[in-house]
Amino acid sequence: MGQITLQEVQKSFGPVHIIKGANLNIADGSFVVFVGPSGCGKTTLLRLIAGLEDVTGGKILIDGKNVVDVPPAKRGLSMVFQSYALYPHMSVRGNIAFGLKMAGLAKTEINRKVEAAAATLNLSPYLDRKPRELSGGQRQRVAIGRAIVREPKAFLFDEPLSNLDAALRVQMRLEVTRLQKQLGTTAIYVTHDQVEAMTMADKIVVLNAGEIEQYGTPLELYEKPANLFVAGFIGSPKMNFISGEAAAKHGAATMGVRPEHLKIAREGEGWPGKILVAEHLGSDTFLYVDAGSIGTLTARYIGELNLSAGDRVALSPEPARIHRFDKDGKSLLA
Amino acid sequence: MARMATTQRVAVSTVAAWLVGFLIFFPILWMILASFKTELEAFAIPPSFLFFHWTTENYVTVQERSDYLHHAINSIIIAGGSTLIALLIAIPAAWSMAFSPTKRTKDVLLWMLSTKMMPAVGVLVPIYLIFRDFGLLDSLTGLVFILCLGNLPIVIWMLFTYFKEIPKDILEAARMDGATISRELIYVLTPMAVPGIASTLLLNLILAWNEAFWTLNLTTLHAAPLTVFIASYSSPEGLFWAKLSAASTLAIAPILVLGWFSQRQLVRGLTFGAVK
Repeated sequence: MGQITLQEVQKSFGPVHIIKGANLNIADGSFVVFVGPSGCGKTTLLRLIAGLEDVTGGKILIDGKNVVDVPPAKRGLSMVFQSYALYPHMSVRGNIAFGLKMAGLAKTEINRKVEAAAATLNLSPYLDRKPRELSGGQRQRVAIGRAIVREPKAFLFDEPLSNLDAALRVQMRLEVTRLQKQLGTTAIYVTHDQVEAMTMADKIVVLNAGEIEQYGTPLELYEKPANLFVAGFIGSPKMNFISGEAAAKHGAATMGVRPEHLKIAREGEGWPGKILVAEHLGSDTFLYVDAGSIGTLTARYIGELNLSAGDRVALSPEPARIHRFDKDGKSLLA
Repeated sequence: MARMATTQRVAVSTVAAWLVGFLIFFPILWMILASFKTELEAFAIPPSFLFFHWTTENYVTVQERSDYLHHAINSIIIAGGSTLIALLIAIPAAWSMAFSPTKRTKDVLLWMLSTKMMPAVGVLVPIYLIFRDFGLLDSLTGLVFILCLGNLPIVIWMLFTYFKEIPKDILEAARMDGATISRELIYVLTPMAVPGIASTLLLNLILAWNEAFWTLNLTTLHAAPLTVFIASYSSPEGLFWAKLSAASTLAIAPILVLGWFSQRQLVRGLTFGAVK
């Protein structure tokens, strides 16, 4: 079991409020991603759950029990750090076994579990090496091995892939997701990368300036963003925001259209504009268009589109895909 | 062309490095050479470098005139004792400042260092009077005490810089892995800090071994270490270069050997944790 509930959790460092009252319910076995810009409090929130920081107010419940006064070791959680935080003076075996040794398990039992974890993570040939003799990806795997071997109630991941190169990051992303599904253990994963969030999560928590902006499945966040912040943060390239007269026509203070929901025509209906930059990726074409009083718009076309900088186009939003926001930035759901 | 230029540069810098090394080592070499000369040859002008009448009579005389072993044992007790006590006090102090710093930690560190900015002679009279009244003059206890206090700021600073290099994440990982504070200390912190503690110990041992101001001023014979043994050859009956050199060579020999075998640790100690 690993159900985690936050009730009005607050954290301040002196006069600075980092977390301003977070409420959240994480179901057993789910993969939840905390995402947000740097400094939004996502890592602090994770550390509060881990017990590495003390809460200023509120309750953290693990399986229904309030743990705010329970030390990290007794919460039954395990954590994977951004820096891996391996014990440099111990072998891979020593690193993975450390938690079990602290728990006082018998040697044969420890060996069995360490070898099983190593086999799952393809680390068996490296068990007697020191962390400095491993590559970045292997170190990452050792850190994950150390977390899974203790069979915790939940895994906490603090930006674990940010030190890896792009190709390895994609591979590890798949491995972490697959492993979590296989073990069925609750996982909380912190990242600033919204692609990681969208691809890995069962549910995403979008944080901004110490507040939870929205909590939902990746597609809910994409299709029904609760406010301008979430709308702008989820999706790549970013959603286009248009205010003024064009928005007022749709009864909103601001209207939002994702680049993939703009129809591109050489002429005709829509907002006329001139292409500033055209990016041809083969699979997609991205156009950055100066649409006069509307502003600069980004449009995405699936496939190759034979247009280049300086060409004139007309852009029109798909009516069903227009997002409308009030003057406070809140979504006006149709 | 480029290759030849590189070879030349390497050759020039090698020669330069040896030259600088030789210059620095020269006083020690000269001292060792002088200890094997007769008194007359030792201050002859022009001095003879290698071609002189080699003799070991100075070593024999020094042994006859004073008790080398007595002073050497005192040196070991004073340097070793003051270093160990300083470490016992400094390790917890540096831990707490490195891992649970407060707003005032930097000030405390600077304040401790400021005590080293005053010349020792400035407090000679009060310290002397305190030692006299407490019956600590010419006692090993008194010297261990004063050298320990004198070096404590440096020891704490060195350990602090080492401990600061240990990533906090690793300690947190140990905490998440279920380690109690004592197990965290035994299994994670201490093994990672051993190189830092070792080089601090070595450097402090050398500083205490060679400390001359307090040892000369606060002892006469009973507690006198090797520094006093050397000094006894420099004044009363005029200067005896050869015997002074023999005494000095004997006095530095143990610490030189220790230093030679622990060069790597020492270099790390001297760079003060600045170079990883």
